[in-house]
Amino acid sequence: MTDASHTEGPMLAADGTPLKQSLARSLRRQKLRALLLIAPLLIFVLFSFIVPIGAMLFRSVENSIVQDTLPLTVEALQSWDEKSGELPPENVYEAFVRDMVVAVENKQHTRLGTRLNYEETGMSSLFRKSGRKIKKLDPDTDGPFKDKLIDIHDGWGDVKTWQVIKTHAVPITNGYFLNAVDMRRTPDGPQMQPEDKRILVKLFGRTLFMSLVITGACILLAYPVSYLLATLPMRVSNMLMILVLLPFWTSLLVRTSAWKVMLQQQGVINDTLVWLGLVADDARLIIINNQIGTIIAMTHILLPFMILPMYSVMQTIPPSYTRAAKSMGATNWTTFWRIYFPQSIPGIGAGSILVFILAIGYYITPEIVGGTKGVFISNRIAYHISSSLNWGLAAALGTILLAVVLILYWVYDKIVGIDNVKLG
Amino acid sequence: MKPTKFLLSAAAAAITAGAASAEDMTLVSWGGAYQASQQKAYAEPYMEMHPDVNIVWDESSAEAVAKLRAMNEAGNITWDVVDVVASDAIRLCDEGLAMEIDPDTQLAPAPDGTPASEDFGDLLVSDCFIPQIVYSTTFGYRTDLVGDTPPDDICDVFDLEAYPGKRSLEKRPINNMEWALLCDGVPKDEVYDVLATDEGQDRALKKLDTIKDSVVWWSAGADTPQLLADGEVVMGSTYNGRLFSLIEEQKQPVAMLWDAQVFDLDGWIIPAGLSDERKQRALDFIYFATDTQRLADQAKYISYGPARKSSAPLVGKHAELGIDMAPHMPTDPNNAKNTFLYNYEFWADYRDDIDAKFQAWLAQ
Amino acid sequence: MAALTPISRKPLSMVLPSVALAGAFAGIFVGAGNGSVPMGMIGGAILIAGLAWFYISVLGNERLAYWINILGFGLAGFVFAGIGGGILGLLGGWFFVWFTYWLYEGRYRRKLLPYLTAQQVFFHYLFRVICGAIFVFLITPILVVLPLSFNAQDFFTFTPEMLRLDPEGYSLKHYRDFFTNNEWQRSFKNSLIIAPIATIISVSLGTLAAIGLSQSHVPGRRAIMAILISPMIVPLIISATGMFFFYSDIGRFLEGTLGMNKTFVGYLKVILAHAVLGIPFVIITVTATLVGFDRSLTRAAANMGAGPVRTFFKIQMPLILPGVISGGLFAFITSFDEVVVVLFVGSASQKTLPWQMFTGLREQISPTILAVATILVVISIALLTTVELLRRRSERLRGLTPA
Repeated sequence: MTDASHTEGPMLAADGTPLKQSLARSLRRQKLRALLLIAPLLIFVLFSFIVPIGAMLFRSVENSIVQDTLPLTVEALQSWDEKSGELPPENVYEAFVRDMVVAVENKQHTRLGTRLNYEETGMSSLFRKSGRKIKKLDPDTDGPFKDKLIDIHDGWGDVKTWQVIKTHAVPITNGYFLNAVDMRRTPDGPQMQPEDKRILVKLFGRTLFMSLVITGACILLAYPVSYLLATLPMRVSNMLMILVLLPFWTSLLVRTSAWKVMLQQQGVINDTLVWLGLVADDARLIIINNQIGTIIAMTHILLPFMILPMYSVMQTIPPSYTRAAKSMGATNWTTFWRIYFPQSIPGIGAGSILVFILAIGYYITPEIVGGTKGVFISNRIAYHISSSLNWGLAAALGTILLAVVLILYWVYDKIVGIDNVKLG
Repeated sequence: MKPTKFLLSAAAAAITAGAASAEDMTLVSWGGAYQASQQKAYAEPYMEMHPDVNIVWDESSAEAVAKLRAMNEAGNITWDVVDVVASDAIRLCDEGLAMEIDPDTQLAPAPDGTPASEDFGDLLVSDCFIPQIVYSTTFGYRTDLVGDTPPDDICDVFDLEAYPGKRSLEKRPINNMEWALLCDGVPKDEVYDVLATDEGQDRALKKLDTIKDSVVWWSAGADTPQLLADGEVVMGSTYNGRLFSLIEEQKQPVAMLWDAQVFDLDGWIIPAGLSDERKQRALDFIYFATDTQRLADQAKYISYGPARKSSAPLVGKHAELGIDMAPHMPTDPNNAKNTFLYNYEFWADYRDDIDAKFQAWLAQ
Repeated sequence: MAALTPISRKPLSMVLPSVALAGAFAGIFVGAGNGSVPMGMIGGAILIAGLAWFYISVLGNERLAYWINILGFGLAGFVFAGIGGGILGLLGGWFFVWFTYWLYEGRYRRKLLPYLTAQQVFFHYLFRVICGAIFVFLITPILVVLPLSFNAQDFFTFTPEMLRLDPEGYSLKHYRDFFTNNEWQRSFKNSLIIAPIATIISVSLGTLAAIGLSQSHVPGRRAIMAILISPMIVPLIISATGMFFFYSDIGRFLEGTLGMNKTFVGYLKVILAHAVLGIPFVIITVTATLVGFDRSLTRAAANMGAGPVRTFFKIQMPLILPGVISGGLFAFITSFDEVVVVLFVGSASQKTLPWQMFTGLREQISPTILAVATILVVISIALLTTVELLRRRSERLRGLTPA
């Protein structure tokens, strides 16, 4: 303390440490305190969400099943040239029978068949059918096996079968990702799927397009309503807010089934139109089980997610600005477009990103009102998870979808900043 | 802070109160009237005999294969007994996800001493599968929307001129492919041979193409009855029990088309990998729930035929409506004049192949 | 903008064409129903304009005009189209006579600023009508659900009996089912256990983290934010399967190694899974409130000797409370309305209300779902109204004029 007055050294803080050091320490302490506050949640989310999702997404490249089920065959196939157009030699067939006998015993072969069937239709039945007969063979005494196997099923006499096994024998594969963009692994490198199996890219496109349309529809509908809510006196706007919150509080399933009741051909909308005579009885509108149905229902379901952020932004826009503009001679339109609208853009941005991200991952509503033409990529993911059991492809599709969303999130963060998102 | 504490303690109390009661046994089924019939015919009498067991239902049979596979992978099997259709049972058995059952030692014999394997006969389509009911997938149609000549032929489904309007079909290839081939002129006994070939599969899809724009695809059992009740579709395929309840219990203007209906089976499996104690309990329940009297009891509540031969004579009247149930069973000779036999082995082998094609076709 | 604008009667030359236009619009529907749209439009225009002229110039008694018009339209509607038509007639009759006098007496200007031009007034009301239509769009599905929940049949269909307003077509049986059916009661109870606890977890952890995030100099802020928001942006079906495997492991560990009660672990799994899903909403709303937070307040508190905890509860918390509450509401709804994750993570003993509804939709069409929805709607209306009334009361008590 005493020497602070006559030293020429660095500036000192009250306790005698150099000010720079003291500031750095306090900054460090501040950082530490902030991190300590964040830590519990961060650890919780990391462990119970990020890690499991990562593990799930890892399935999109994981492919040890071929090697685990047919270890000897995979090894024997190494020396076979899959591009030669000739069948593999006898040692491959023998190794295959050895592997299959074990696999049938452990009930693994049907799983492998299902796995390979994702790549080449027909493999599942080939493995199942052959499994029952190969079970009876003795690998030590019954050789040679080449003709016997071809006898059991002529699929084993097809070079393509062995090509598929060899191509997909790698433990880490890009096969699922290729499948996800309508391509496939072949001995000659990645190639396009046959014409009639190309559906996923189209579905991605449709998902993005419809999510955009839904977001656009939400902006159009939410803007006037939010404006009205933000300009009306509080007691009126709070009452009207109930009308916005009520659908929001009502179960998603209920709202979706309500839309089903409304949209179907014998539904409320069509019945009313027919009763009013606006539509002939035999020309009822088809507004369900197609894209229109999905768009209408999802616009309704996601509308509150647009209104709430817009409303909270618009509430903060001081009315004096528009009045000032008007008093200086601006027309109504100029006032709105040059003064009010620019200030409301953060609300539009926040609502749009929220609606778009939610829309892109939706699956229950499209499933119920979308028919076959109005479904999203998420429906495909759900189908592969719960019905075709192709979890690898589901994970690959999910990874791509997640990447799209993350890019959007990043762009949004750059342009608007995630801090500016407000929900009510 | 006080309300938080109160809430927490209330919740903890509620949780422990739930836990203090009897041990839970989770049965998986399809929900709806079908599950209700199982509840009344099997679960309630069983719980009466075993007050220490508390039966909980999980309506997840539709996703049973996916979920059992996930449970198996995670090593955490929460289900005890699962009700699945026969083709799913075969698949589960093939993949080692279901436990093998010896019918003669682990199931009750018929009252006259006939061993269970004989009593069930060829309905034991898989080593893991204990059949419960025979059902059929058939068409119902709106009597007020089909004009003076109600459909009596399966091919009327494909006849858009005589019967304009939408039809509902299940969102999977099984049954639809067979019907398509039948109506494309393939004789009944050659259907599966044709369907085993690529050309046959394309042929069936081509036939389905002719009505694709008029089809509403369903995936849940409750869909077709609702669509019929709304008049949203003229005809639709569904399980005969659903149609029975639509016609007899709900009194809707709907009638059944008994032609080329597909016979199928539904029954129990026990997941593989249960602890010994749970396995014992599950086996005990199965022994009770699939005996002759219990199977006959179930038919009091729903119009599905019991899977045991010895149960057939015991089928009585509907528990609430008091109508004779026998004429409504898919096994009744009048209804079974022209049935289509479902080929389990074929679908076990080709399900993945054809499903991939069908789903791609659907999305086109 | 109070009721200071003086109003005056408007000339018939402005009133009659306006009401005629409205009449023509209504005439479209009547005309279309009876074969000819143009005839309907002309007829509607003449009828309404004629009535307006009669009431204003001949009758001159507003109250009497109301009675005549409402009852007249109602009667006509009843004669032509039964009870439904009668009700529609009563409403239409009321609307037209109200509209006539609203225009004629100039009441439409009463609440507007006096200097607005005619065009501005017109746009003002056009805007209101558009907003009204959007509100109708928002609320119609719920209005459709309400009557269907009283359906005497087990389908989501308006039966002819219901449309005829025949009491036979209505019944309370779905409500009875909800209150007596064990499955529904149990799932309702489960939801009431799971949703609040999950909300408390996500709100408390989320608020803490949001406060941490809002401090300056947080290293890796963007990355942390992205991680915390991620449960909202990962498609639910992926989250569900991912979490299924994770919580199976956790469950096995807690039950097997620590020997915890199976039911308790079951609830814990669902609660934690739902808490994660609710976190992004809390983070977003609370950080948004903190952006406008005046940091000198906490400094002042610290200056006056309050510890960080005291500062938090006495200064910061009350100010960010609205954000915390709305984040909590979002988190609560996320859990209360969540079906995909619970289907994977939960087991049958933890069946929640949405799960039960989902089964109800898929496997057994039962309007009990609609009855439940109706009950929930009524409860939420009651809650929202109470909150609003309490707000007004506190405003009054604090001597503020209502905003």
